[in-house]
Amino acid sequence: MFVAWRDMLFAKGRFTLITSVVVLITLLVGFLTGLTGGLANENISAVQGLNADKIALANVAESTSEKDPTFSDSQITREQAKAWSQAEGVEESTAIGISQSRGETDGHSAALAVFGGTADSPSQDEEVVISQTVADDLKLGSGDTMTIAGEDFTVTDVISERSYAHTGVVYTTLTDWQELQQRMGDPDSYATAIAIKGDPADATSIDAEQGTVTANSLTALLSIDSFRSEVSSLLAMVAMLFAISGLVIGAFFTVWTIQRKADIAVLKALGASNGRLRADALGQALVILLLGVGLGIALTAGLGALAGAALPFVIAWYTTALPAVILVILGLVGAGSALRSITTADPLTALGSAR
Amino acid sequence: MLTLQDVTLTFPDGQSRHTAVNDVSLTAEPGTVTGITGASGSGKSSLLAVAATLITPDSGSVRIGDVETTDLSPSQTATLRRERIGIVFQQANLLPSLTALDQLLAVGELGPGSAPRGERRTRAAQLLDQVGLERAHRARPHELSGGQRQRVNIARAMMNDPEVMIVDEPTSALDHARGQEIIGLICSLTEALGTATLLVTHDLDFLPRFDQVFTMADGGLSPGTAAPPLR
Repeated sequence: MFVAWRDMLFAKGRFTLITSVVVLITLLVGFLTGLTGGLANENISAVQGLNADKIALANVAESTSEKDPTFSDSQITREQAKAWSQAEGVEESTAIGISQSRGETDGHSAALAVFGGTADSPSQDEEVVISQTVADDLKLGSGDTMTIAGEDFTVTDVISERSYAHTGVVYTTLTDWQELQQRMGDPDSYATAIAIKGDPADATSIDAEQGTVTANSLTALLSIDSFRSEVSSLLAMVAMLFAISGLVIGAFFTVWTIQRKADIAVLKALGASNGRLRADALGQALVILLLGVGLGIALTAGLGALAGAALPFVIAWYTTALPAVILVILGLVGAGSALRSITTADPLTALGSAR
Repeated sequence: MLTLQDVTLTFPDGQSRHTAVNDVSLTAEPGTVTGITGASGSGKSSLLAVAATLITPDSGSVRIGDVETTDLSPSQTATLRRERIGIVFQQANLLPSLTALDQLLAVGELGPGSAPRGERRTRAAQLLDQVGLERAHRARPHELSGGQRQRVNIARAMMNDPEVMIVDEPTSALDHARGQEIIGLICSLTEALGTATLLVTHDLDFLPRFDQVFTMADGGLSPGTAAPPLR
């Protein structure tokens, strides 16, 4: 790194420029991943809050044009729920009702998701537990009354933020959820999904027999329509930014290496090995990447914390450390593409006057 | 000591091959300067490239001390150049980002096995003083004159205490007076440090200062000088 360090200090302008580009790309990636995480949370936190090992949905592939099961199309029957509760390896199975509706109080109205029969649901009918968003939107607290689909419920508790498909969540008993479904014109609904704890011995056979599709709790999140469409497009953007960062770093170092090919030829004539020169070049890239990505992530965390009040933004290892590591690795791969110019530099060209 | 025995080097030239060095033999003893002169295209630079292990000849033997270099791999010749050969380039070929002192220290950073950094710093400073650059240790190439750059070039070649020094037309970019100074410096360093120096020059005025002189013509090497002037 002897020459590499001095090159960086000497060509400050060039290296500041490429470091700034890395900072900006990192900032963009950091913001997109933070926003993706925030939007994802607004879609899935209520389903994650079920704390299930697996989630079973009705297999609707034969009855609809959908290829994969979705929470919005799934309708679980009493028989399916019973079969799963008796399956070998299942420690606990709970039929969960999930639907979307509107909640009202005097002068306030808001869209919300109704979750029936979960561990967070109240023990009594005609009672509800509400998430903080619903409490804020409808100005509700414990003991207040709210109306869903013309039926009155008493709020017994307000719990921390839970969302489903960008709406706050109201927890009811499964019986109340079924009644709400009847009021909304769906009298046969028993439940939407089955939350399973344990490790079913032969999930595939049960799925085939019962007409269900079982997935682990993370994979099942992709069955939330809004989550799948949002996350896939945002992650595509993040992936493209990763590719762009690798290409930009690769292009910079390719040009940089070609520009100093004559110097490399001199160093090789003086006895530098290809390995030493390659290590120097990658060391330069690593310094730039660590500096650029480090600054970019620090800025993302700072600005993200400020934006967190107005935007769904998550600052966590998977929105900071993970993209940072990926950016550094891809940047090094990009820089590695410039190494060929080092190998092909001919020390013979250092002799003579044609330099 | 540098020993070339029956060395032949050819290059592709269309459908045939051009003989750049034709059955050349010479020996450069430690502490002596061997001068090579000849017209442009006579094969001087090719001979230097072979002696510097930058290119492997088609046939013949090139020995640095007791090491036969024609059998070595590219990485082995790189190590040999790093440890036992000093090269003074025609253009100074200094790295623009490095100070004069760093140009010399960089030589010790090109591979493993060199002396501790403190020792290298002391030696680099002494060499720069020896070539008359006491006040220019921290100067970068663009802050040095052509003669000063060439002095750094010479000091850099001496940095690893080489057995053999290859010098490629060191005065071509200098006026005659400065050229005389540089040749004098190379001769005195050769004697003081005991290197076997092989030097190519166009300037016949310098030839009397060398211990032995050869003339190249059409790839062949013959003792003594040819007249009239070759340029």
